[in-house]
Amino acid sequence: MTLVFNLTLFVLTAFLGYSIITKIPANLHTPLMSGSNAITGITLVGAVVVAGSGSSRLATAFGFLAVVMATVNVVGGYLVSHKMLNQFHKGSEA
Amino acid sequence: METLPEWVIQLAYLLAAVLFIQGMRDMTHPRTATRGNFTSAMGMLLAVGVTVLWFELVSPVVLIAGLVVGSVVGVGLAVRVEMTEMPQLVGVFNGFGGGASALVAGAELIEFQTAGVVTSLPAETAIAAAASGLIGAVTFCGSLVAAGKLHGVVNGNAIRYTGEQVVKVALFAISILLGAYLVVQPELFAEYLQGEWVPAYWLLLGAASLLGIALVISIGGADMPVVIALLNSYSGLAAAGTGFVLNNTALIIAGTLVGAAGMILTVIMCESMNRSLSNVLFGGFGEEADSE
Repeated sequence: MTLVFNLTLFVLTAFLGYSIITKIPANLHTPLMSGSNAITGITLVGAVVVAGSGSSRLATAFGFLAVVMATVNVVGGYLVSHKMLNQFHKGSEA
Repeated sequence: METLPEWVIQLAYLLAAVLFIQGMRDMTHPRTATRGNFTSAMGMLLAVGVTVLWFELVSPVVLIAGLVVGSVVGVGLAVRVEMTEMPQLVGVFNGFGGGASALVAGAELIEFQTAGVVTSLPAETAIAAAASGLIGAVTFCGSLVAAGKLHGVVNGNAIRYTGEQVVKVALFAISILLGAYLVVQPELFAEYLQGEWVPAYWLLLGAASLLGIALVISIGGADMPVVIALLNSYSGLAAAGTGFVLNNTALIIAGTLVGAAGMILTVIMCESMNRSLSNVLFGGFGEEADSE
């Protein structure tokens, strides 16, 4: 049953993601890519679960590495997107 | 440590998903883009925060150390980066995300094996882990090569060689076979490929990593922004796959959202740069795009 529930989420969200991006100005392509890249850092949630559960030493080690990498993705991703958008605003006002 | 009830977590994940969706929508309009990025960041803070509070943390020190190290590196890179270097930095971040998904799926497989509750992996878990590992490893190595090309540390020309399509197909086939091995868990080679650390999975990551390198190395530097957009979509799918392994709705929703939206964005970017998507996807069957 869990699998069917997960599949339902997957398919409906895929349609949502497909329809979310309609028309977008070319100068927002890279910031949007960067911003959605930060969202894929959601895997940090999974990394936290695995690293924190501590059931096996090897799994914890891989979990730790995953937490570091995913955190870099999340923190860096949002900051860089913000920086890009700031540049973009400066550019359009000048 | 007192843990939150399950329904609180699920509601928090739902709210986080709404914030991601609204944030992404806002990022498609110039006026609301900055706010959209902030909205999406709040969603992430909520999802991660509630997860940290929820789980009974056996090893909180490991977790906190990981979060601190990752934050320091992420902030350091993001603050120092020059405007012109941003695309390759996004590529590196994206690679890290894909790599993290592959590692999480692998760590979860190890937990399944060592917990001793099940003698063999459930098929859906093994399929999801194999998919996540394949896509995640392709994303990791592919993104690093793409970033390297943009940064000038990897040869920016499309590197072509005889039999390159054979190499790609072979690597892909090996990955699929190892994935099938994980699902079926046959007696064959059991002493080498099965065990507590699930060797078959890490071999799959190795083959997929080589595939990621082979795919991107044969694409010219000018196509790299599109390649990174495509790999961004892949890393979303890798996160969704890991969500299936962990039965985690936050990962499935956010991962799939970026997977689908990222694919559309890749198509739009291809159109605006006059590039053919299939050319980028398969590492340039036609030479004409390179000469444009």
